[in-house]
Amino acid sequence: MSTITTTETTARPELPAHQGSLGARIAAGMATPGGAVFVLVAVLLVSIMISNPNFTDPGALIRFAGRTAPIAIAAMGQYYVIVSGEFDLSMGAVIATQVVLAGNFIGQDQGRILPGIVLMLVVGALIGVVNGLITTLLKVPSFIVTLGTMLALTGLVRYITGGAATGNPVDDFRQIGRGGIQDVPVVDIVPYPLIILVALAAASVWLMRRPFGRTLIAIGDNPAATNYSGAPLWSYKTRAFVLSSLSATVAGILLVGYAGVHPSVGAGYEFTAITAVVLGGVLLGGGRGWVLSAAAGAFALELLFTLLTSLGVPSTWRDTVQGLIIIAAVAVSARAWQVGRRPRRTPSPTDLSAGTPTQPATGTTTGDS
Amino acid sequence: MRRTMRGAIASAAVLVVLAGCSTDDVDEPTDATASETTSEDTGDAEEPADDTEWFVQADYDEQDAQRSATFEGDEAEPWLQYIDGEMTDTSEFKADGAKKVCFANASVSNPWRQTGFITMTQQLEALKDAGAISDMEVRDAQDDDNTQLADIDYFISEGNCDAFIISPNSTAAMTPGVERACDTGKPVVVFDRGVETDCATTFIHPIGGYAWGIDTANFLSENLEEGDKVIALRILPGVDVLETRWAAAEKIFEENAIDAEDFFTGADPTEIKKIITDALNQGEVKGVWMDAGDGAVAAIEAFEDAGVDYPVMTGEDEMSFLRKWEDTGLTGLAPVYSNFQWRTPLLAVQKIFAGEEVPKEWVLPQTPITEDERAEFLEANDGMPDGHYAKFGGEDLPGFPEAWQDR
Amino acid sequence: MRGRLGAVTSTTIVYAVLLLAVVVGAILTAAHGRNFFSVGNVDNILTTTSILGFIAIGQTLVILGGSLDLSVPFVVSLASVVGGGIMAGDPGNIVPAVAVALLIGAAVGLANGLIVTLLHVHGFIATLGTGLVISGYLASNYKGSHGSAPRDFRLLDATRIGPVPISTLIMIGCAVAAILMLRRTRLGHHLYAVGGNAEVARLSGLRTPVPVVAAHVICSSLAAVAGLLLLARLSVGNPTIGSQGGYDLMSIAAVVLGGTLLAGGKGNIAGTLAGVAIFAVIDNVMGVMQINPFLRDVVRGVVIVVAVAVYARREIDARPPRFGRQLVLDAEPEEVR
Repeated sequence: MSTITTTETTARPELPAHQGSLGARIAAGMATPGGAVFVLVAVLLVSIMISNPNFTDPGALIRFAGRTAPIAIAAMGQYYVIVSGEFDLSMGAVIATQVVLAGNFIGQDQGRILPGIVLMLVVGALIGVVNGLITTLLKVPSFIVTLGTMLALTGLVRYITGGAATGNPVDDFRQIGRGGIQDVPVVDIVPYPLIILVALAAASVWLMRRPFGRTLIAIGDNPAATNYSGAPLWSYKTRAFVLSSLSATVAGILLVGYAGVHPSVGAGYEFTAITAVVLGGVLLGGGRGWVLSAAAGAFALELLFTLLTSLGVPSTWRDTVQGLIIIAAVAVSARAWQVGRRPRRTPSPTDLSAGTPTQPATGTTTGDS
Repeated sequence: MRRTMRGAIASAAVLVVLAGCSTDDVDEPTDATASETTSEDTGDAEEPADDTEWFVQADYDEQDAQRSATFEGDEAEPWLQYIDGEMTDTSEFKADGAKKVCFANASVSNPWRQTGFITMTQQLEALKDAGAISDMEVRDAQDDDNTQLADIDYFISEGNCDAFIISPNSTAAMTPGVERACDTGKPVVVFDRGVETDCATTFIHPIGGYAWGIDTANFLSENLEEGDKVIALRILPGVDVLETRWAAAEKIFEENAIDAEDFFTGADPTEIKKIITDALNQGEVKGVWMDAGDGAVAAIEAFEDAGVDYPVMTGEDEMSFLRKWEDTGLTGLAPVYSNFQWRTPLLAVQKIFAGEEVPKEWVLPQTPITEDERAEFLEANDGMPDGHYAKFGGEDLPGFPEAWQDR
Repeated sequence: MRGRLGAVTSTTIVYAVLLLAVVVGAILTAAHGRNFFSVGNVDNILTTTSILGFIAIGQTLVILGGSLDLSVPFVVSLASVVGGGIMAGDPGNIVPAVAVALLIGAAVGLANGLIVTLLHVHGFIATLGTGLVISGYLASNYKGSHGSAPRDFRLLDATRIGPVPISTLIMIGCAVAAILMLRRTRLGHHLYAVGGNAEVARLSGLRTPVPVVAAHVICSSLAAVAGLLLLARLSVGNPTIGSQGGYDLMSIAAVVLGGTLLAGGKGNIAGTLAGVAIFAVIDNVMGVMQINPFLRDVVRGVVIVVAVAVYARREIDARPPRFGRQLVLDAEPEEVR
């Protein structure tokens, strides 16, 4: 145990995020990729305000924040999975499932709102448990498990509904994602999605400071060491998957309110969420990153798109810009995380192979098997 | 790398030798068709300049004229109506008994195609009862050109088909497949998107994308002032039936000095709502144009949430739009890409085997739903899901309305 | 030395699954009054196999090296439109068109490899990024089908030797070349070494970036070959043909289905080909049975997870006791010490 911890912790002495006081953390944090994303958000925000003065209106800003909430929530969910060293590709399919479920189960029946929400949360949790248990107990890489769930869920939902939901759920339910507290001074309206985002963000910060959060990061950083310390990996990782699916469920509830029922709602959310998480400086492969940075990554991404629109960049070029930005951001943060680590030549393929650590990866090179 | 390249080069060399001496019977028909298309293609490749790739003035004029053309046949059965023109003589196909039809479908990946496919299935039931068709084997390409080509080849060699129905996934790429089907000498019916060959017995389609663009852009131009801002919501680039809608609309907007800006949405309502919200943030938006109405409700809701006046808008005959249109009372038009065309292919097959002549190019009517007609269509389609299309034309088919209601 | 026993048994299982799929497929096909082994059906399976096959061979190399390639569908599309554009129906342009398409493929692969190795960007993000870059370029510059393939080039798709399409033979040729590369060359051995444990490989004096970059270059070049093949098949270049086939995730699934470890370092091409064939057989049988297209995705998803679960369990059970269950999660520190 001691050998391992020393090897690893002395090599990465700056892992500060969840120890020390709040002030110290903010100060140290800005220098890390997880902190830099907040600077990025600020820069993008100022740029948009310059290019489009209408954006300086507090009302417009808060509505923007409200509509970004589902992505930010999804990103925070994806964060738990990524920080523990896994992937969740099923997120978009979960959102689509929940959206269609809301349309078909709740429909125009006022009395079904609460049972509907409960049902959606149960379904979400169940998907997370399945993802988590197959990954941890059956040792199937999470990339493959969640790819499978993605295909199966998308197909199943479309098969059952014949490809289209009957219609939007009742308006009162849609208010969760569409409405807000009216007649607030200055900002005019406080969207419910924003309130939900803030509440979930607070809960996430609290959760990541609890032993659960610390262990989750430790698992992503060094599963072997964590295992020696007696933490049941399967239980922690499964809970991370459940949190991810539940986040997708909440995002689904908000999106069905915001946009309405359509099978393509949520399409591509898994990649958007992973991109947001990575933009937030969270390391693919696990062990590094702060949950709020993931949410900030989502805001940075959405701000970037809005900026491109207000600059009049044709929407076909949006992909290209997004691609360049995520490569650049990750390249920069890969450098930054290495500052203070081993002097040079920290091998990235190590990070790569750690990307899917549930693989029994020793076979060919050790000659042991 | 080098090894793979060397392997590839070696294989390529083998290929050249084989291609030189190959006298497979497989090669024969390909020879003929390939040289045909090659000459066509080379002609094609010189023609389209970069901007006007999707705008051919002659096609635009033709469809513009067809909008007011007289259609032959009973108005109560628009799926059998056609514009007078060249007819295909089908006496060689005349035969008794129920026939087996093979249908290579592009996909059922959007509500329009789902609605149409249900209509087609119910039409099949009717024709089975009538003893005209024994069975329809369906292969669905899930939006993939490569798969659809394989599907067609499979039908040709294994399907025991008496006739082929093909709904191409894309125009140019599916041309070789349709030609191979034609080479079997059996009747081939192509519908919806076209192909670059006229070998098919009949090609069934509504008037087309230019007509859609003309109807919608004229409507918006009439109801808006010069300089007004219009947001054009487009699903995706590169699909001809969609591109021509925009090409025509863009031309008319320019002529009328309407300030139209186009965006790609992927038909995702989240994306649509964001685009409209951002545009409203930038300034006033007076009109919304859509190249397909799926997701129209999200666009309207974006105006509601921003607390501004409703735009002048064109959607589609999808129930979600018609209902929202009625609720809000906005100034609108529901253009139609006639969903009832899904009935026509099987009926065409019936005619072909009866030896009745069919139009070479079977142009079906395509009339937008105006505000005056809206109530009538809403009533006729009461109880249908939001993803249903008002002009589906299956009211007299078996299974109506349950088959369309329970999806 | 390279865990031959493990590799052999793993591949054996994959082929057993393939055999099972063929047998069940033949029975189901017969139940629908068709012959699974008829020329037309075999042709259908082989043509659908070969495109994914090319991509999966390249993907295997990249995954063996511990990376991933999500940019393949866009390279496929790019090669198809660029190739079609240069050929423009003229047989004299075939050679330059093929050369340029392959060069572009190789260049994208080089970019992927350098971003992964020099900039230390995870393969997932690096190739997601380059894929997006290409996708934006395609959407902005190519609206709809582009160019055309001359008849001579289309023979690539149309010619068959017996029931076997020429494209399948080229695919098998590439597979053999890749197998030889992995077994016989230093590059191949280094690829396994880096993918298995980059740190150990580095400490043993390997220049770890080289095999990873090479794998990416080969992978993207093979994706370009697949794009050219699709050009021959479709007769025109199509800027969305790669995305239509969903080749990114399906190729990764085929590789893992073929017994290659997603974490790298272990696996082989033969298994991958079987993985691709399993998908092709399942798709073919579902097509014959006219299964609802949505339900097919469900079947694919379940098959991927169940099949990989079978291998993964077996690998773990076959492991010497000192590799405890949770310990297998850890690849590197074990050997570093």
